[in-house]
Amino acid sequence: MIRFKNVTKTYESENKSVTAVDNVSLEVEAGHICVFLGPSGCGKTTLLRMVNRLIPITSGTIEINGKEIQSFDVIELRRSIGYVIQQTGLFPNMTIEENICVVPQLLGWDRVKMKQRYNELMDMMGLNPDEYRNRYPWELSGGQQQRIGVARALAADPPVMLMDEPFGALDPIIRERLQNEFLRIQGDVKKTILFVSHDIDEAIKLGDTIAIFQAGRLMQHGTPDEILANPQDQFVSEFVGNDRALKRLTLFTVRELLKKAGSGTGKASANKLAATSQVHVDANLRTALSVILSSDTGEAAVVDDQGQSVAVLRLADFESFTGIHPKRLTSIVQ
Amino acid sequence: MKGRQTERIIRGFLYLIIAAFLLWAYRSGAFQFILDNPDDLLYLLKQHIELVALSSFLAVMVSVPVGILVTRPRFRKYAWIAVNTANIGQTIPSLAVLALVLTYFGIGYFTAVFALWVYSLLPILRNTIAGIENINPSIIDAGKGMGMTSRQILWRLELPNALYAILAGIRTSIVINVGTAALAFLIGGGGLGDLIFTGISLYDTGIMLAGALPVTLLAITLDYVLGKAEKWIIPKGLQRNLDHV
Amino acid sequence: MELAAFIQNNWTDLLRLTWEHVQLVGLAVSVSVLTGVPFGIYIAQREILANLVLTVAGIVMTIPSIALFGIMIPILSYIGHGIGFLPAFLALVLYSQLPIIRNTYIAIKNVNPDLREAAIGMGMTTWERLTKVEIPMALPVIMAGVRMAVVLTIGIGAIAAYIGAGGLGEYIARGISTSYETMVQAGAIAVSLLALVVDFVLGSVQKRLSPKTAR
Repeated sequence: MIRFKNVTKTYESENKSVTAVDNVSLEVEAGHICVFLGPSGCGKTTLLRMVNRLIPITSGTIEINGKEIQSFDVIELRRSIGYVIQQTGLFPNMTIEENICVVPQLLGWDRVKMKQRYNELMDMMGLNPDEYRNRYPWELSGGQQQRIGVARALAADPPVMLMDEPFGALDPIIRERLQNEFLRIQGDVKKTILFVSHDIDEAIKLGDTIAIFQAGRLMQHGTPDEILANPQDQFVSEFVGNDRALKRLTLFTVRELLKKAGSGTGKASANKLAATSQVHVDANLRTALSVILSSDTGEAAVVDDQGQSVAVLRLADFESFTGIHPKRLTSIVQ
Repeated sequence: MKGRQTERIIRGFLYLIIAAFLLWAYRSGAFQFILDNPDDLLYLLKQHIELVALSSFLAVMVSVPVGILVTRPRFRKYAWIAVNTANIGQTIPSLAVLALVLTYFGIGYFTAVFALWVYSLLPILRNTIAGIENINPSIIDAGKGMGMTSRQILWRLELPNALYAILAGIRTSIVINVGTAALAFLIGGGGLGDLIFTGISLYDTGIMLAGALPVTLLAITLDYVLGKAEKWIIPKGLQRNLDHV
Repeated sequence: MELAAFIQNNWTDLLRLTWEHVQLVGLAVSVSVLTGVPFGIYIAQREILANLVLTVAGIVMTIPSIALFGIMIPILSYIGHGIGFLPAFLALVLYSQLPIIRNTYIAIKNVNPDLREAAIGMGMTTWERLTKVEIPMALPVIMAGVRMAVVLTIGIGAIAAYIGAGGLGEYIARGISTSYETMVQAGAIAVSLLALVVDFVLGSVQKRLSPKTAR
């Protein structure tokens, strides 16, 4: 668990002081991803870099698993925290294997163990260990480099990871693929992760919780659903966007909707529907909504893994679940 | 390909000129002096190489550490002083540096070594600073964030990644030094400049060329060899940069 | 101070030598600009030729100047100009070629291809494109090459005094051979100042030519 208590950072220059982080208190549960979200210059990166003491704290405390970070030796602290940055920061003079084994090597692991760990991590990243072992960072694509960056941060199996816009420089398709892989890996490793982003969609997708910052202050901290459903103030609601209702739909699957609604819709008519108006039971509600809106009948057949239709979904079903009137939903989409 | 053909023709033409020059030099008795006085030539060549080796070695030993020192966080504020000194210093003609050192220390071997040392410092210093400062800051940030000590950052990240620039500075400095050392004869350093200046004042083609040709060959060979050495020493991951230069 | 007295007593002579030095350097660099810039533009379109030219020019640069003088004197003495202005002038032209050709080449190569495309798209002829787009864009870098060439030739010009080309090196040469230290100092300081001042002036010109955003 990571706990920020009244954390403040002020930069003193000759005749004025600038507050980059203003009295932030925040708790992130073990095994959770907390996304620090906000416009550039809002203090999110500063806050992140205070955790591994790359930036000294002006006042307040940060605790990792109940232990104050100032009580650690700074070098040991950093070696026990994974760190991933946007520009990858891969060392151009080292091979991929050397890059990944930097921290294990600093910690004095033996060769066999390091090699084993390298193979393990590359498998985890979906890259062939032997193909890349002796290659250099510049020979890799941006997406591959960032995978190596994540693998490197995971190398010594640190309980905590700091990620500063790790996917920010990638093109959208690669970014989405890496986000999915990242979620899959996190499902296995269950690290406590602080993740800086300026992209609301990324935050909704990756975050167990989202912390929104503006001008150094924490505006709201909550699950993506809480933030989308109840933005605390004008700034948050503008930042998450007018289509937040729609974004919220991505958080839920058709299955969850059906469970809640008690699947009161008739089964009989389902088979008459055209094949194009089908939606999988595990698809998110946003996908389901667009299927319904593009079908002629205003209905979509919900199908399971076997392709059997289990229910029919109509626009009206959304209202009971999201509390948004169908007309508003339609207007948002269009 | 038309371009390749032109290139081959020009290349052949250049070789022809060099061959014609050497033939002409031979026919006009230019090599007579070398053939008659091989010991003199070898002695002066050895002296020349010693001058260059000693002053360049001392320059590397001073410039690289100073370059590292002024790029440490504590002294970074003052790095511009070193950079400006290096830039201004390199603008001053080599002969002027030699002449000024001469007026302080008088004629002699020490004066020559000292003057060559001073003139060799600056290219190395400038490249060391530039090499370290031009490293992508994200590399250093990553190293720090992963828990490298400042010594580890210096030895594992900064020096390997600045090596290309540092070695280029050393190479430039040494090649310039070979030429400047030919002037060192004027201030008591000996070396192959002895033959060139004697040849000029006696208007003797043979003596002139006996000094000029070995100095030229020495400079070109050293430049070539040091260029090859760079490829040996520089980490493979950074070799990509070499292809662009 | 002796130096001050020396300068006071010999200032007309000092000015004459400075003028000689400036003339030698100015003439050589002018010729180099007139030949090197067009040549640099020409080879920018021909990759293979450019490699060869830059390699050869690079090798010429590594030849120590006093050695080049030693090689040129015997050759030029065939036409009766072994010593004096001509060998010095030719050597300075040779040395100032590399920085000028190389910088012109790099500058033209580095002109943003989008700009070139835009110029072609607007229907400019090759000549218009060169004079209205590429050369103005490349000018600061070319100027940097000229500046390097000038500083370099001022230094080599000092050495040329030993082959009778005159200039401020003459005070150094004469001073050393007659053990007249003050004269040596006067020559060395004057030629250093000349290099520094010219470097500064050309540096300002270079800045002025640069696009405002790049300052």
